[in-house]
Amino acid sequence: MTRFGGRHYSDAMSVRAIRIDAADNVAVVVADVEAGGRVRLDDGSELTAMQPVPRGNKVALRAIAVGDPVLRYGEEIGVATTDIAAGDHVHTHNMGGRK
Amino acid sequence: MSDEFTFDGWRRPDGRIGIRNHCLVLATVVCAAGVVREVGRRLADVVAVEHPHGCGRGGPDIGLQLKTLAGLVRNPNIGSAILVGLGCEPVSVGLLSAVIGETGKPLKGIVIQDAGGSGKTADQVEAMAREMLAELAEMPRSPGTAADLTLALECGGSDTFSGMTANPAVGKAVDRLVAMGGTAILSETTEMIGALGPLLRRAANDEIAAQLKKMVDEQEAVTRKILGDFADRALAPGNVESGLSTIAEKSLGCIAKGGSTPVREVLAYAQRPSKQGLVVMDTPGYDAESMTGMAAAGAQMIAFTTGRGSPAGFPAVPVVKVSSNSEIYGRMTGDIDVDAGRVLSGVTLDEVSEEILSLLLRVARGEKTKAEVNRQDVFAIAQTHQAL
Repeated sequence: MTRFGGRHYSDAMSVRAIRIDAADNVAVVVADVEAGGRVRLDDGSELTAMQPVPRGNKVALRAIAVGDPVLRYGEEIGVATTDIAAGDHVHTHNMGGRK
Repeated sequence: MSDEFTFDGWRRPDGRIGIRNHCLVLATVVCAAGVVREVGRRLADVVAVEHPHGCGRGGPDIGLQLKTLAGLVRNPNIGSAILVGLGCEPVSVGLLSAVIGETGKPLKGIVIQDAGGSGKTADQVEAMAREMLAELAEMPRSPGTAADLTLALECGGSDTFSGMTANPAVGKAVDRLVAMGGTAILSETTEMIGALGPLLRRAANDEIAAQLKKMVDEQEAVTRKILGDFADRALAPGNVESGLSTIAEKSLGCIAKGGSTPVREVLAYAQRPSKQGLVVMDTPGYDAESMTGMAAAGAQMIAFTTGRGSPAGFPAVPVVKVSSNSEIYGRMTGDIDVDAGRVLSGVTLDEVSEEILSLLLRVARGEKTKAEVNRQDVFAIAQTHQAL
């Protein structure tokens, strides 16, 4: 990746996703990812997106059971409203705030 | 850097220092808006502020409006002011002057019903303002340092990257400003809902922690009352489109603007800080109202992060715009001062924060921000429990 590259958010093989805190179970993709596309974290680990994940959206890094917390910034940003699998797109359709 | 963070401003009689030396022409009531607007058209150098308030509301709102408008007049970036009223309103020239109190700044007032109508009032205000502008141009400068600065923090049109790029970059600049003795105000209580845990861990003492908890809990209760089951999605459509799923996710990104130093004080809307360092103000999440509260508290500049892109500036208080992504910077380069989106392509937060801090210094030394050049002022006063 080019350090000052501006648009070099991804390479041909995978799209960069940023996990802010080691405890997080989601990461944010910096470019659009297709279903089946590869997502790469800065530690070199990779996973496959189960659905399209638009730029800036979250991808699950591991399974999150319904009712379990979704963690970003090392903090709870909401809870899963359905069972979420690793690689799933995570947004308003499968998570919400604690009521 | 602290030795180098010096600028020449205008020392006011209350000891605070302005980084601008503006003549403010201020409507006390909506009915005076036309006269103020006309004076603004005639004299490009005055800061003309109108608003839809000053009448037609009960005590709590009128009190908030008086406190806020008085604070704006006292803001150190204001060198002199002319109040324009109608004559029958509760927020009258006389009452507002009394709330402003003695500032040592030239302050004049005029009442449209006494002055013979809108045309004659505009002519008289224009003449007064020309005289004030000439006096301001002669006013000597005084040296100031970072310890004289109060920086307001704002985000508008947040996106999912705001909490990873622009907000933490501003937060690191805030940490350095605070280390040099400066003050920064973190506001937007709506955007602290769901982020109470990390905020409480940063409270300087138990009393401040209790105040923060009460403030955020009350705002959450109001939000739940208004939005019901949708309270967890107290987000603008653009926030959701960008990938933010809940208010907690937005909030955790928003509070990153405050950096990492302890919260020294919790302020009511438009209340002047009594402590240096990072302070928190209870304001709506609505940008324009939040900026107004912090300017009324004396902030001389505003750092405003944006993901979706906002052109908003503020009257008399320079607004520095920081984008959270490079795409919006590219589309709105004419409105945005710093592109923190480069963090996504490998530039470090430290590098961007250095750029922000050096721009804040240049702005304190007189460089105009893009919002200042573009004259994109927005102004709105918080209303009691009617706006989120």
